[in-house]
Amino acid sequence: MSWIDLAVLALLGAGLAFYAAGSLGLLRFPDTASRLHALTKADNLGLGLVALAAAIYGGSLAVAAKIALVWLFAVIAAGTTSQLLARRARLDEARLDDADSAPDGGLR
Amino acid sequence: MTFAFDLILCLMILGTAAIALFVRDALAAIAFFIAFGNLMGLAWLGLDAVNVALAEIAIGAGVTGVLLILARARLLALGDAATSTGSPLLLRLGALAACAGFVVLLAAAVLSIPPESGLDRVVAPLMPGLGIENRVTGVLLAFRAYDTLLESFVLLGALVAVWSLAPAGAWPGRPADPGMADAPMRRVAGTFGQLLLPVALVMAAYLVWAGSDLPGGAFQAGTVLAGGLLVAGMGGTIGLPSSDQPLLRAALVLGPVVFLAIGLAGVAAGGLLVYPAGLAKALIVTIEYTLFLSIGVTLALLVAGPPMPGASDPDPEGKG
Repeated sequence: MSWIDLAVLALLGAGLAFYAAGSLGLLRFPDTASRLHALTKADNLGLGLVALAAAIYGGSLAVAAKIALVWLFAVIAAGTTSQLLARRARLDEARLDDADSAPDGGLR
Repeated sequence: MTFAFDLILCLMILGTAAIALFVRDALAAIAFFIAFGNLMGLAWLGLDAVNVALAEIAIGAGVTGVLLILARARLLALGDAATSTGSPLLLRLGALAACAGFVVLLAAAVLSIPPESGLDRVVAPLMPGLGIENRVTGVLLAFRAYDTLLESFVLLGALVAVWSLAPAGAWPGRPADPGMADAPMRRVAGTFGQLLLPVALVMAAYLVWAGSDLPGGAFQAGTVLAGGLLVAGMGGTIGLPSSDQPLLRAALVLGPVVFLAIGLAGVAAGGLLVYPAGLAKALIVTIEYTLFLSIGVTLALLVAGPPMPGASDPDPEGKG
């Protein structure tokens, strides 16, 4: 096993560990904001490490450049969607709070 | 790919399919359906069918997923709970028997094909005459062009069907504004749309061009274009056009009409959909680029839905 194989394995392993931590956070954290927090941080880092492993494994600059583009757009898309999800969750919470303070304690 | 990877992938495909079928909540079912489509794409990739993998992920998981989510939202708005209710035992047993019979027939048909009799052997010697190298594109646009020509008209027909659902008085208006109502969300989505739409255009143009020799093609590229247009629409970067705009109508029919015209002109060269020798690649690329534009705009408008009354638009120019 060459040094390159070892590096690929180490990066993949570290990436998967971050994915696992993110998934654990998604399952275990109590509210949307902290779930998003766990997911976005861990997944961005996980994806970066896995992409780096794939780029090294690919072995050519052209492949590495394509993987870098995939990584870039995945990160931008993930950042955008998590912003939108967080905003949506906040709006829903505000609506629920309004409903709670209403005299009939109504439902939404 | 190793056996362990294939095994895990198969189990995950079966698992996501089962959950998508059996879960009661429609949103969860859709989420698992999208995951199922992406895993199927991986499986096609493992079989070296990159064209199918692209189509499965872009159309099977992507566009269909969006359509299902929108259909659910529409059902909820109409007062339907959008959860599955129990069906009679007899109906379930009947469905099980029909599906099992179909699976057995399909498996028997697939297993009866000798492994060495693939279409590839027939197509490979014919490819040099076309001047392109992607055999899937060769089959779709030269050897079985009839299918693709009809498909492009079927897609147009689907949009006509959706448009025919426009409420009275809404025709010929715009579809409901897909833009997000909340201003901060709209700004975030708008920034993303401004970035994504030009990139999607470049990416789609590349996919068509690469489709001659590498995996890619008009349908995959059209889906990328539709995705870019829809994301830009959600952020209010572009407004959806009114359905009677001449430019829009032209974009919708351009691909099928150019395809049909080139196919008919082939009669002079020996028959319907026959390309004159030496011109094959140029004609195929022309058809693919015009088809890509029409498919992209049609898919985006299919997702946007029929014209709605009072769907006003901040940008009267619309998209061209």
